[in-house]
Amino acid sequence: MILSRLAGRPAPLAVGLAAALVLPWFVYPPVALDIACWALFAAAVDLLLGFTGLLSFGHAAFWGGAAYGSGLIAVHSGLPFPVAILGGAALAAALAVPIGYLSVRLRGIYFAMVTLAFAQMVYFVANQWRDVTGGENGLQGIPRELFGLDLSDPFFFYYAGLPFVLAGFLVAWRIVRSPFGRVLVSIRDNPARARALGYSVERYKLLAFVLSAALSGLAGGLFALGHGFASLQEVYWTTSGQAVMMVVLGGIGTLWGGAVGAALVVELNDYLATAGFQETGIITGAIFIVVVLLFRRGVWGTARALLARRGAPRPEQREPAPSEAGRSAETVQAEG
Amino acid sequence: MGDPVPDAPVLAARGLVREFRGFRAVDGVNLDIAEGSVHALVGPNGAGKTTLFNLLTGFLKPTAGSVRLGPHELAGRSPERIARLGLARSFQITSLFGELTPRQHVELALAGRTGLGWRFWRSDKALGRFADRADELLGEVGLAGHGDVPAGALAYGRKRALELALALALEPKVLLLDEPTAGMGAEDVDRTVELVRRVKAGRTVVLVEHNMSVVSSLADRVTVLQQGRVLAEGPYDRIRDDRRVITAYLGDSHAAR
Repeated sequence: MILSRLAGRPAPLAVGLAAALVLPWFVYPPVALDIACWALFAAAVDLLLGFTGLLSFGHAAFWGGAAYGSGLIAVHSGLPFPVAILGGAALAAALAVPIGYLSVRLRGIYFAMVTLAFAQMVYFVANQWRDVTGGENGLQGIPRELFGLDLSDPFFFYYAGLPFVLAGFLVAWRIVRSPFGRVLVSIRDNPARARALGYSVERYKLLAFVLSAALSGLAGGLFALGHGFASLQEVYWTTSGQAVMMVVLGGIGTLWGGAVGAALVVELNDYLATAGFQETGIITGAIFIVVVLLFRRGVWGTARALLARRGAPRPEQREPAPSEAGRSAETVQAEG
Repeated sequence: MGDPVPDAPVLAARGLVREFRGFRAVDGVNLDIAEGSVHALVGPNGAGKTTLFNLLTGFLKPTAGSVRLGPHELAGRSPERIARLGLARSFQITSLFGELTPRQHVELALAGRTGLGWRFWRSDKALGRFADRADELLGEVGLAGHGDVPAGALAYGRKRALELALALALEPKVLLLDEPTAGMGAEDVDRTVELVRRVKAGRTVVLVEHNMSVVSSLADRVTVLQQGRVLAEGPYDRIRDDRRVITAYLGDSHAAR
């Protein structure tokens, strides 16, 4: 059933899959893996930001927590890498239960600030607990293997990890197009109304938060194993910010937009770094500002709207009643 | 309060108080809503009607007092719990989910009690099992054929009708309508009155309403609020002639007439 619905929109899906499959042939393989991991991370953040209306500024806790968790499992147990990755995702989900429970009641900037504070606590623990995390040196020498097969070559590890990223995207896509996803959208648009229909808004937000954290953890664990180390950077607040930036660049509430944003940011950072340019933040920041000012729906959101406008009947013709001025703007927004 | 009442009210408030920083917006209100009746809450602006409404539905917590719906105490419970217990409300400001279609709205309302909303691993097509009932309800409020446009694009009167369909979808014991004709032209008002008259059959309705002709044509009983207190209560005809009520609404000169 999932496949038949995905098949309903074959062109973008085929392009996306093809791009994912050939990526390491065109970009430096470790960068390709970075793009894949960040793409999933951004989609997970978008699940909250775009579909639940929650701006989390603390998702580094889940990405980074899972990076350390997966790394520790791989280092100490010697289990195959999928076990380590899934273990990291489970750890991130478990971490999200208390953090989410204490923060989903808050709105807007307060929610963002409280999630940021929790992420800083995770950073503090990772920094101080040197015996386990390696402190400032990070957790090094994380093995990557599957039944004795050494996957240290980034090119091969990309293909070993890709199924997990694709599965993560499939899960995210299923969530936003499930009855649960429908309730989330209604909560995003109008929490009081959703409550009056009998929906426990906080509990729905909490489940969305935990699911988002699990997907972020899946991405973070894969990232750590792919690089063979987990560093403090993974739990630092700029990591949370970068994920949010990718979502805004690609288009909030589009899911695939996050992947586009991730590809742009990671590739650009890599390009500037190889060119010897130190302050990459100036360039990415400037691009971010331009995109936000010119294309409020993000790169992917704008492209999709343009495509839809070309194919579909004009929105003005869909509702016969001519009584409301300013309606067309509302209609366009509803499509976006 | 402990007196044996022959016909116990389906919804009853006792000594309901809500303070905002020392100001008592609702000040010791008692209210009995008889089963099967249409009961209007009226009063000048700032009389506490909307606050009372929010207290009954859990969107505000009472400072003191109790609200009972049949055997259930509602005071202090969450709005979603109260909705599930059978008290459904419409909103004064049209309050919809812009992106969804009217049918999807009603499907969500119908799915509320089934737990389907938690199934994040299922296709949203599963909500389609409520489509037939949703279309029936849309037909009941005069929205047949409008099920598929984005709700944000509906004309104002139709949005209000959708509000009503959402409340009806909850199959409430008591239906609370917050100014169902607010902001409407005469034509839409007539249509809405007709609509409420049609859906009130076999239902208990509490109505906040400014428009007295609407009240007169719909309400069995009227409670007049002023400054957070109950000023008068009774059938519409008696309330209409009550001197205190006329004073509250129109000032002394009219009362002396």
